[in-house]
Amino acid sequence: MKTDNSGDVRLSGISKTYGSFTAVHPLDLTVPEGSFFALLGASGCGKTTTLRMIAGLEEPSSGTVHLGDQDVTHLPPYKRPVNTVFQSYALFPHLDIFENVAFGLRRRGIKSVKKQVEEMLELVQLGEQARKKPHQLSGGQQQRVAVARALINHPKVLLLDEPLGALDLKLRRQMQLELKRIQTEVGITFVHVTHDQEEAMTMADTVAVMNGGRVEQLGSPADLYENPRTTFVANFLGTSNLIEAEVDAKNGDDIVLRAGGGKLVLPQARCSAPATAGGKVLVGIRPEKIALTHADDAGSIPEGRNRLTGKIADASFIGVSTQYVIDSPVCDEFAVYVQNVERDGRLVPGADVVLHWSPAHTFGLDAAQAIDAGTEEEADA
Amino acid sequence: MPFVTWLKRHLVVIAGLLTLAYLLLPNVVVTVFSFNKPKGRFNYEWQQFSTAAWKDPCGVADMCGSLSLSLQIAFWATVGATLLGTMIAFALVRYRFRARSAVNSLIFLPMAMPEVVMAASLLTLFLNMGAQLGFWTILIAHIMFCLSFVVVAVKARVMSMDPRLEEAARDLYAGPVQTFLRVTLPIAAPGIAAGALLSFALSFDDFIITNFNAGSTVTFPMFVWGSAQRGTPVQINVIGTAMFLVAVLFVLTSMVVGNRRNKQKA
Amino acid sequence: MTLTEAPAPLAPAEPAKKPPRRRGRLTPYWLLLPGLLWLVVFFALPMIYQASTSVQTGSLEDGYRVTWHFATYWDALVDYWPQFLRSVSYAAAATALCLLLGYPLAYLIAFRAGRWRNLIMILVIAPFFTSFLIRTLAWKTILADSGPVVHTLNSLHVLDLTDWLGWTAGDRVLATPLAVVCGLTYNFLPFMILPLYTSLERIDGRLHEAAGDLYARPWTTFRKVTFPLSMPGVVSGTLLTFIPATGDYVNAELLGSTDTRMIGNVIQTQFLRILDYPTAAALSFILMAGILLMVTVYIRRSGTEDLV
Repeated sequence: MKTDNSGDVRLSGISKTYGSFTAVHPLDLTVPEGSFFALLGASGCGKTTTLRMIAGLEEPSSGTVHLGDQDVTHLPPYKRPVNTVFQSYALFPHLDIFENVAFGLRRRGIKSVKKQVEEMLELVQLGEQARKKPHQLSGGQQQRVAVARALINHPKVLLLDEPLGALDLKLRRQMQLELKRIQTEVGITFVHVTHDQEEAMTMADTVAVMNGGRVEQLGSPADLYENPRTTFVANFLGTSNLIEAEVDAKNGDDIVLRAGGGKLVLPQARCSAPATAGGKVLVGIRPEKIALTHADDAGSIPEGRNRLTGKIADASFIGVSTQYVIDSPVCDEFAVYVQNVERDGRLVPGADVVLHWSPAHTFGLDAAQAIDAGTEEEADA
Repeated sequence: MPFVTWLKRHLVVIAGLLTLAYLLLPNVVVTVFSFNKPKGRFNYEWQQFSTAAWKDPCGVADMCGSLSLSLQIAFWATVGATLLGTMIAFALVRYRFRARSAVNSLIFLPMAMPEVVMAASLLTLFLNMGAQLGFWTILIAHIMFCLSFVVVAVKARVMSMDPRLEEAARDLYAGPVQTFLRVTLPIAAPGIAAGALLSFALSFDDFIITNFNAGSTVTFPMFVWGSAQRGTPVQINVIGTAMFLVAVLFVLTSMVVGNRRNKQKA
Repeated sequence: MTLTEAPAPLAPAEPAKKPPRRRGRLTPYWLLLPGLLWLVVFFALPMIYQASTSVQTGSLEDGYRVTWHFATYWDALVDYWPQFLRSVSYAAAATALCLLLGYPLAYLIAFRAGRWRNLIMILVIAPFFTSFLIRTLAWKTILADSGPVVHTLNSLHVLDLTDWLGWTAGDRVLATPLAVVCGLTYNFLPFMILPLYTSLERIDGRLHEAAGDLYARPWTTFRKVTFPLSMPGVVSGTLLTFIPATGDYVNAELLGSTDTRMIGNVIQTQFLRILDYPTAAALSFILMAGILLMVTVYIRRSGTEDLV
């Protein structure tokens, strides 16, 4: 492993504007060498533009791009030690697989490419297909050619622009693991752009969630999921139930909130908004963290748990779990996922229930944001 | 009734084939009459089988000269129109610039103009300039009316090309010149070839514009026109048949070669 | 971090689709310059010369001078309105016939030809490579007075009908309007078939199945689904046929008689034989203006602006 940090990507204050439209607001970002970094967001959020500025295909309106210690901001793409796996692959249709993979080597004046190309094709298990044209390969094979074509150049950083977008679900899963394996093997920095939150979380060490040309939050997948700091992140990554609540008092490390007549407890450390008594906060809880108890058994719920009452509006059985929609006074579409371990036959639509969860799983967000940010986009994805 | 059902189901096919027959009938006649031995000066009525004209295709005064002149003009017109047209097509697809719609109209208009209007106006220009009518005025005219067709053919191809391909080339260490030569040009090639082929056919076959601007120069279509008045030698049919056969053979070979190449690679 | 700005509605969702910006701002102009210069000098400028010639008076011996003599236009219209009318009606008839004949063939190639598709395409295009004059002359043989076509039509009494309609004269087809329209149709048929085929080929075959699934009979499917979807091809096909057919004089000259002269014949004669340049220029200008007017109205009404 190299130790000169030449595989770091440092973006300082880069932005991109088209006329009056700002695609990327001034952005600082450091991707450490050897990491698998994902830029996640809905289409039009600026993630692809950011990637293209690293590749050199787009010139930043301001700011600089550094690879290690080298300032590459004004270098054209063909002079940057960076390669891209393009969306829908952009394999050259007039060249066969071998020549596609050899393209970068030949352009750099390397004469004997045969051995390298063959080795690379073996790595992606396409040795047999060397003389075929791209259109004769399946989507998954084309994708592997695109990866091989980029990797053979030993780039400092590999950029992947929605590399799995064109594949079907099963193949996508398979390629996610495959890419992860290749990244571990070659050890170079991967910067991966995707709109698929599951893909980002499966593959990346670090995920930056982008929205409206800004990075909303940056962190490890688990951190982003458990501690979202904005409603967009809470809704875009998985599903969140968000309730508006009023701050009642502070009690040690906890904040006590009032919502719909009941009291909820939120650890101070998990609240990203300033909480002053009388102020508003959005309380969030993930659906799988909630337990559901029939109203008749309400007494059996242990003390100290946050609880809400409601009525089951809908229940769908999906195998590993059952997903309920609960109509409650504070929120009319409360999502609850219950593992199918012991099913309570009384939990059918119309039943009165108590929802309860550990205060430690509660998070608090600034109430000034749109409560449904990131939800429609998620539906599209 | 099964016959009626059959007829109903295949009505389109029958109608289409009849149209095809209508399209090909004159070529059949041209071919058959290339083996005729006409009585008078005109080759319109069947008399007697003869291969005389095939044995002596250049036996008519001035005909082969006009043929060679037409081929030369068609060649240079193709070169000129393809070059200029391809450049315009690239500019139109790849760049944003002022007066785009004016440029588009200027390219569309020659295709939407009856030939006789272009022919007449071009002649007015040449007369006003005092230009010597002949090879050069014909060539100028042919490049002018072929240009638009090349633009359309190349533009369609370049527009359907994924811009990411060129980005991929630049990403893979190809500079601007390399990108153009290794990626852009090969991918645009079928469009350019189609435009060139069309130019050649249009130029070679043009009569109306040529007739106005040729002066005393005689191209092959003008020779045929003149012979329609003076008498049509059988050799005209020989040339017509040969051209048809060459064209069909050319296309068939390129198709067979293309198929075989694809099969080998598969 | 909060959301302060919603993305603009015209956000470039996929920046890759835009024409890339290059550093050389002048590059497009250099690319355009030679070709456009050619078109300006040898296409646009001649139009202006022609406009100027049409309002000149004088004689070949003494030379011509611009006198703004617009009466030339009036005289040209008065003298040659039958030829204008004839041009438009012959061209319209030929265009209608082309559509009628060409559609089934285009449909056949697009949907029914299977592995014969390429061969039929070649057969449609290949005649292009034989000089159209030679092929037009072949119609003289086909439609000859003693030929089988005239004989058959005669014995079926079709010629009596067409004679009564004024399309043919007596027992002849040659040297009649029918022969000219037949030649025009033949000459411009490929210009109808190719655009029709292009737009038919783009239609997803499953649309036919969907229409059938939704209780449309084949004919209804054609009227409600296939034909509307092929409209771009119909529009460009009719234009590509009608425009050159209107200005054509070859068919009228080779297959017609003095009674079938079209406006192209008049312009040609005025220009090349009578050498009355102002009249010829005026006629040509009227033809151009008329066609541009018709084309514009037609394109507007059919709603297909994107022909280039």
